[in-house]
Amino acid sequence: MVDDTIAAISTPIGAAGIGIVRVSGRQAIPIVEKIFRSLKKRKLADARNYSLLYGHIVDLEGRVIDEVLVSVMRGPHSFTAEDVVEINCHGGVVAVRKTLETVFRAGARPAEPGEFSKRAFLNGRLDLAQAESVMDLINAKTEKSLKVAVNQLEGKLSVEIKKIRAELLELLAHIEAGIDFPEHDIEEVSRSQIEQKTRDILGKIDALIDSAGTGKVFREGLRTVIVGKPNVGKSSLLNALLKEKRAIVTDIPGTTRDVIEEIVSIRGIPLKLVDTAGIRETEDLVEKIGVQKTKEVFEEADLVLFMIDASTGITEDDRDIFRLVKGKRNLVIVNKTDIRRDIDISDMEKYVEKEDVIETSLLHGRGLDKLEARIEELVYSGLAAGQEELLVTNIRHKNALEKARRSVEGVLKALDAHLPTDCMAIDLKEAYDSLGEITGETVSEDLIDQIFSRFCIGK
Amino acid sequence: MEYLAGEYDVIVIGTGHAGCEAALAAARMGCKTLVLTLNMENVAFMPCNPAVGGPAKGHLVREIDALGGEMGINTDETNIQVRMLNTGKGPAVHALRAQADKKLYQARMKKVLENQERLDLKQALVERLLVKGESVEGVVTRTGAVFKARAVVITTGTFLRGRIIIGDVSYSGGPNGQAPSLGLAESLKEIGLELGRFKTGTPPRVNRRSIDFSKMIIQPGDEKPHNFSFMSRKRYREQIPCWLTYTSEETHKIIRENLHRSPLYSGMIEGIGPRYCPSIEDKVVRFADKPNHQIFLEPEGRDTEEMYVQGFSTSLPEDVQIKMLRTIPGLERVEMMRTGYAIEYDYLPPTQLKLSLETKKIKGLFSAGQLNGTSGYEEAAAQGIIAGINAALYVRDREPLILKRSDAYIGVLIDDLVTKGTNEPYRIMTSRAEYRLLLRQDNADLRLTQMGRSVGLVDDERYRVFEQKSRLIEQEKNRLAETSVAPLEEVQNFLLSKGSSEIKQHTLLIDLLKRPEISYADLRRLMGDFPDLPEEVAEQVEVQVKYEGYIKRQLEQVERFKKLENKKIPEWIVYDEIKGLSTEARQKLNKLRPLSVGQASRISGVSPADISILLVYMEQKRREAPEEA
Repeated sequence: MVDDTIAAISTPIGAAGIGIVRVSGRQAIPIVEKIFRSLKKRKLADARNYSLLYGHIVDLEGRVIDEVLVSVMRGPHSFTAEDVVEINCHGGVVAVRKTLETVFRAGARPAEPGEFSKRAFLNGRLDLAQAESVMDLINAKTEKSLKVAVNQLEGKLSVEIKKIRAELLELLAHIEAGIDFPEHDIEEVSRSQIEQKTRDILGKIDALIDSAGTGKVFREGLRTVIVGKPNVGKSSLLNALLKEKRAIVTDIPGTTRDVIEEIVSIRGIPLKLVDTAGIRETEDLVEKIGVQKTKEVFEEADLVLFMIDASTGITEDDRDIFRLVKGKRNLVIVNKTDIRRDIDISDMEKYVEKEDVIETSLLHGRGLDKLEARIEELVYSGLAAGQEELLVTNIRHKNALEKARRSVEGVLKALDAHLPTDCMAIDLKEAYDSLGEITGETVSEDLIDQIFSRFCIGK
Repeated sequence: MEYLAGEYDVIVIGTGHAGCEAALAAARMGCKTLVLTLNMENVAFMPCNPAVGGPAKGHLVREIDALGGEMGINTDETNIQVRMLNTGKGPAVHALRAQADKKLYQARMKKVLENQERLDLKQALVERLLVKGESVEGVVTRTGAVFKARAVVITTGTFLRGRIIIGDVSYSGGPNGQAPSLGLAESLKEIGLELGRFKTGTPPRVNRRSIDFSKMIIQPGDEKPHNFSFMSRKRYREQIPCWLTYTSEETHKIIRENLHRSPLYSGMIEGIGPRYCPSIEDKVVRFADKPNHQIFLEPEGRDTEEMYVQGFSTSLPEDVQIKMLRTIPGLERVEMMRTGYAIEYDYLPPTQLKLSLETKKIKGLFSAGQLNGTSGYEEAAAQGIIAGINAALYVRDREPLILKRSDAYIGVLIDDLVTKGTNEPYRIMTSRAEYRLLLRQDNADLRLTQMGRSVGLVDDERYRVFEQKSRLIEQEKNRLAETSVAPLEEVQNFLLSKGSSEIKQHTLLIDLLKRPEISYADLRRLMGDFPDLPEEVAEQVEVQVKYEGYIKRQLEQVERFKKLENKKIPEWIVYDEIKGLSTEARQKLNKLRPLSVGQASRISGVSPADISILLVYMEQKRREAPEEA
């Protein structure tokens, strides 16, 4: 535990600019070496302490992820007194996250809350007076991550993980019951049964990994709805996002098509823009919003772009619409700021984060950048609505899933090599434990309980 | 009137399987040792099934043997049938199981005790422990004899306040018609130890002459029986078969009709029974859809007609037991010789012990066996040998021998008991071991004999055998890694005949052996000029080479595990002083006082964050007082 190599993003993640991935531990240099291509073909292993190397981070398949500066600090002359490598990424949130993931794939594991400080202290880098604050740090961060974990655990992820674990446990218990009680009339699991169940489990783990972070968004697009009262500038936004002036809807509101979908790519993220014909320029706005079709569109939306007209200020219409969409992930777009800027949106502020209010002047093409950056950030931090529901947003969870996947593959390999069942049990148990890391359940008594509850065993 | 009857280094109370190993270990390590038995006729008695070994249990026997214990040799010398179980399921779970001749087993063990240098075997009922301050001083018997010693090992099994229950009948008593021990339980409470209550049971015994074996399936022993002990060279023995039959619908009907007379369902039994040893009535209720349950008839010995009815443990009334038995095919006219019963007894919740099996409260007082909440002869003997070794080391002021979870099943057993406690009689299982592929029954000597030697229990002869075996294994592995075979036609043909693929170039034998379909015996056949190695050496080479990948993986896991295991928690640590520990962790740590950070991390309710805080705190303390610490 103290000897393995850990990594984490060591700067708060901002929308743009620099982010630092810190790697610490005995294998820090060799791990980063695997994914770093110096422009001058220099090796990290040969780099002087505290010197900066310029180059690229590439993934294990050799694709470039970001342009970076890498610094090497060898223990004990580093913050943790271990070998530390810091990767300064320039490509914004996405690049930092991708870099971190690549570091994990190359062999580091995610740092526990406060773990860098803990190591620094245990290795004598921090003085005694700082011990208390290290403990507080561990505590505070743990509490915070626990809160996040609990939220996630109430969701679909934990349900899915528990299902997979239950299947693993069932298979494992069957194998183990046969091993521990060979003379009881327990029907032996056949190799083909093991294979079938294992493949089934593998498929389910794969589906979860797919959904990790950005998986679903990239596969299906982020369902985005633009709403706002008439004349607020919805078409302008739509066209600005589409980056070409063209009519995408019929001229007559609500007559030809109910719902129009267009896919646009915003900084590489596919946005499935849904326009609701029903909410288009009609007289009786609220009534129309109430119709079933429109409701469905809102329910399925991952992101709502709610537009307000700065020149008119907030009107009753705005409030009506906001009431309908405030449960969703909203970005409030205050348009026409070229005409007037000082509008009061205080009634909405308690529902909307500051970063989610974006001022634009679409007529002059201003503010679009900020909007795109915010959308990107939401997606990569897993905050867009579709992602919360669809499970794996946390890099630790994804890592645990990938570990479990490797173990399950191990079972198939063992089957292939005609190895005995007790070898497979090792992998099954590992997979079970890895998934347990996500839900916080790794107590081995589960297995014994399962054996006794399912099989009639005894003398 | 009390009188001083003798002074010893170590006193062992009880001569069950734990007591015998404890007494022998202490005496063989050079301690003047006294072992006290309630009844001289009951040394090494098997109150339940006449079998030793099986999955994980057989591993324990091999480990006891590798350390220099007696159970393995005693079983080899007296058994009437041997089977290696799980042979198709991988080397780590091969499990040796022997049917014992109960009388012979006892007789031989008693003789070994009687003839052991420095060991006195006496019959006496211990009434009370002598404790001065925080240390044990000796024992007092019912007849007033005072025996003094620096270390005392209690191995009283199910005798403490034992109560027998058969249907609606219940009386105070130990197993198999013996007297219970009442005074000692009080004495343990007086010195501040807590006691809990468990329950277990045993099936009826029947007369062989009243059984119709033609309706049963024969269960013979192995043609080439293995031995438990690494020292036994015995190959042939006359074996006696066991027999398999099944309960019938009629049996289940009788059970259902009489459930109201079962003490389990009437609430007469309060103790918690083991799940892996359910009574037949329990099985019928819990697995109602199962039309029948298997029943094994096992001989209790060579010179007796008594047979043990395995799978038929019950505490239903005697008349119901007879009726039930006679519904089983082959037992229609059976004569019951002993009635099945349930027994309730006091046990010592094992979280009160250190990993050395010394009580946390009283120095020099050790506890082992069923008293610690386990079940099984092998589990008892395993604790017995460790308690005996550690009592002897204590007397010598030496560090205790603590086996890790990665060293032995014994380590798993004791760590589970001491760290997690148990809420039913604990049975060892292979699924409890994290590093199963390392803890095989075939390599127990390679894992433990050196440790047994270091504490002074392994004698010269055993050590010589061990050294020679280790040397031969290394030599042969080296030879296989240096010898290659050319891609000649006969070689290719041989490989193809084994369902293997051809080789393209000169190939090392060790690489061929790594192929799942090629065995060591195959290589010998292919090459012809193979050294004449003992079977156990060839087996070892084969397992080590074939499972190298998995073994390596487990070794890496062990390395990680050991890091925390080797981080010792100082005895003076004050958990209440550590800010930031969760309340639950604080309570548990205070209660269990783990020895290492690794042990602490296995306590339920202690989170990784708690462990981090503990590490930081320990470092803080270490720096504050670097000189004294």
